[in-house]
Amino acid sequence: MENWSRRDVLKGASALGLAALARPIGAAAPPAQAVTPALIDAARKEGKIVWYTAVDLPVAERVARSFEAKYPGVACRVERSGAERVFQRIGQEYASNIHAVDVVNSSDAAHFIVWKRDGLLAPYVPEDVARHYPAEHKDPDGQFATFRAWLCVIGYNTNLVKAADAPRSFADLLDPRWTGRIVKAHPGYSGTIMTATFQIARDLGWGYFEKLAKQRVMQVQSSADPPKKLALGERAIMADGNEYNMFQLKEKGDPVEIVYPTEGTPLIIGPNGVFKDAPNPNAARLFQSYCFTPECQQLIVDAGGLRSVHPLAKEKPGRRPFAGIKKMKDDPAGVERDAEAIKARYTQLFRV
Amino acid sequence: MRVDLSRPVVIGFAAILCLLIVLPMSWLVYFSVTDHSGALTLGNFRQLVTDPVFVAPLITTAIIATTSSLACCLIAAPMGWLVARTDMPLRRTVRALVTASFVTPPFLGAIAWELLAAPNSGLLNQAFRALTGAPRDEHLLNIYSLPGLIFVISCYTFPYVFVLVANSLDRIPGELEDASSILGGRAWVTARRVTIPLALPALLAGALVAFLQAMTLFGSPAILAIPAGFHTMTTKIWSLFQYPPKPELAAAASLPLLVLTVLLLRAEHLILGRRGYSVVGGKQGDPRLVRLGRVKWVALGAAFIVLLNPVFLPYFALLNAAFSRVASQLVSFGNFTLQNIHFVFFELSSTRLVLKNTLVLGVLSATIGTLIAVVIGYLTARKAIAGHRALGFLATAPVAVPGIVLGVGLFLSYTRPPFVLYGTLWILLIAFVTIAMPAAYQQLQSAYRAVHPDLEDACRILGGTRLQALGHITAPLLRTTVIATWCFIFVGVIRELSAAIMLFTSETKVISVLIFDLNESGDLGAISVLGIVMLVVTFAVVILANRIPTFGGRIRLRDA
Repeated sequence: MENWSRRDVLKGASALGLAALARPIGAAAPPAQAVTPALIDAARKEGKIVWYTAVDLPVAERVARSFEAKYPGVACRVERSGAERVFQRIGQEYASNIHAVDVVNSSDAAHFIVWKRDGLLAPYVPEDVARHYPAEHKDPDGQFATFRAWLCVIGYNTNLVKAADAPRSFADLLDPRWTGRIVKAHPGYSGTIMTATFQIARDLGWGYFEKLAKQRVMQVQSSADPPKKLALGERAIMADGNEYNMFQLKEKGDPVEIVYPTEGTPLIIGPNGVFKDAPNPNAARLFQSYCFTPECQQLIVDAGGLRSVHPLAKEKPGRRPFAGIKKMKDDPAGVERDAEAIKARYTQLFRV
Repeated sequence: MRVDLSRPVVIGFAAILCLLIVLPMSWLVYFSVTDHSGALTLGNFRQLVTDPVFVAPLITTAIIATTSSLACCLIAAPMGWLVARTDMPLRRTVRALVTASFVTPPFLGAIAWELLAAPNSGLLNQAFRALTGAPRDEHLLNIYSLPGLIFVISCYTFPYVFVLVANSLDRIPGELEDASSILGGRAWVTARRVTIPLALPALLAGALVAFLQAMTLFGSPAILAIPAGFHTMTTKIWSLFQYPPKPELAAAASLPLLVLTVLLLRAEHLILGRRGYSVVGGKQGDPRLVRLGRVKWVALGAAFIVLLNPVFLPYFALLNAAFSRVASQLVSFGNFTLQNIHFVFFELSSTRLVLKNTLVLGVLSATIGTLIAVVIGYLTARKAIAGHRALGFLATAPVAVPGIVLGVGLFLSYTRPPFVLYGTLWILLIAFVTIAMPAAYQQLQSAYRAVHPDLEDACRILGGTRLQALGHITAPLLRTTVIATWCFIFVGVIRELSAAIMLFTSETKVISVLIFDLNESGDLGAISVLGIVMLVVTFAVVILANRIPTFGGRIRLRDA
């Protein structure tokens, strides 16, 4: 049977009378927007903002609460799920003409290609983004920018595995001694894992996943879950998962350790964007601006364990510096092209 | 001027019932025989029976349903007998505890069993290793497996069998057993030749109900089967709605569940129908209690060991995880925390919305559902109008529709004109009312039968209309049943997951969906707190309902 393409799902939405972008092609990005008292007032009148995000729930709620503390009178509600679920949810809601999302954050940067193509995003450039963000981390048309970056790492439980025995590479995970001891998240749920699966399959080939599928992995959904399963002691090794959850757990004293695989570590980019039909357009813009402030960026680094591309955000001591890690190259356009095939192939290999 | 509103009322209620059940099922059938472009095809069904991606879940589901049903009977039948026909102590307590496993949402039970019997971090496996000195990677139980799933499903399905068997044993007249003993039959002979054969139809019916429950359950397989790397039919149907959605295939995959449910319910009706005649007697004596002697303590012990599994152990695990920094560690001075409670009530921004949605839906569904059941029960019990049979059939029909199938049908019906209800609480309300209707209707219909029509006739002779008679005479007499039905629907709504998971949007999330979401990101502490909140609310309502005399064990809760 023919599958629906990403385009089809959102076609209904884009057809909903959204006027074409008023800006002629080739023009410069819209001017930077400062947070003005008028914007704050308008946001207060709306009273709330709904943030659809794929970032791990406690981190998302930290961001929301800190926003509320800075702008009392504007409540921020977090709607969290896996990026692929968030994408499906927005598509399904927009197809039914339900406009509930104000600002979106995805761990699958490819989603922004689709949303932008379908004309769902509003151009809005916060001052910090205009002034500080490197060009590769902001949309030239000003519709989104990198809210967070992190890596999809390997990990192990230090009570169950000695450092000397721990795997150092993806290839090491295929060792028979890890059979039945690995936990792994799902690319049909998590944008992190979708992105990582693309990069690993591109660089190492699908043969890696074919062999990994024979390791009797415990299949969880969110890329935030494998680190938690390690901390519980439920599995000794995680084949993939969020670096930022590992930092959080490790710094809390849980027995987990990160491995940056020798083949290179998948790099994940999580942009933020404002929806054009946001029900709370002013609060949405205020929140979008807040997300890129050094204050918020430092919060997601310090408390969240994430990496920031804001040059003013400082890395937390004790963590491996971002620049020094060998990374796999991110390629949202490639993920956009291959996502459906990746899901289908993954389901075939791992059976769920 | 008096206006008799009977006819419009009947037509109106018939229309409501059609909207609830006929419309979604029509869309379901329509979608199942069309392809993506809308052309007629049988391709969906062909794929269903040839593609291994679908064949494997079908087989798995058949295995799960059959073995769970058997396991439930093996456990529930002896327990039902102990409670109904022996002098085992604490019989009422045991019944109450079975009710507790009855109202525990199965998906919550599944999560609690993850905490208990995950192979490495499960509390029971840790205890096993501590007691035996077994090495770290050895385990006693693995909940992420087919047997594990069957076990958890059975834990929350056996009450259906238990209730049917115990109630049937309650009703078997003592004379029949007396006759056996007078003729020289000893206790065991009497049990084997009189009691068991009389209870057998109820047991068979229970087996069918358990089979249906196990087959149509969504939450437990989604939580336990997917980590183990396999699907059941319900989780497969659900996954067909993930991106990229394939509603035609989902509709086609739903139909076998629907057809099988109809067939099995038909079978249940035949069996129970026959049984209805067999024990009708004159004045009945109280059932005789078998004296167990010292064995009664053994029996009680066994009953409590059974109840460990659906009630004591899972509740303990949830309570522990709610207050422990690490869900897999027992609460101690070192790791006691209130962080989970703080997180759920002060940080989690969807808590308030979700609780509000759940309560609003619970109250509205219970009120509207009870109202519809009151009217339709009356019309059919009093044979008040032509077409009452059709009304009765429509009100009972949803029993044959598994929650997830109803969810798919409603999604297909109400995301397109003329009724675009997706994204509102209405679509969930329709789902919940539909799901609750059969049991609510049956409750009230039998209650009406207990009120003699003479009382109503008196009102009509004095010039009242049917509606006035209903309002002034019958309704007050039925107050207790009505309240009990209301509570029953309310509890059912709170625990419903399988239809809600297909129908929610971010603004219309309910507590069961939130718990399911949290499980996917592994937030066990928050789940435990929300789960405990859910149980507290449920038990408050159940206890309230239990104070009302007519709230018996005959009520059948739907799966979640």
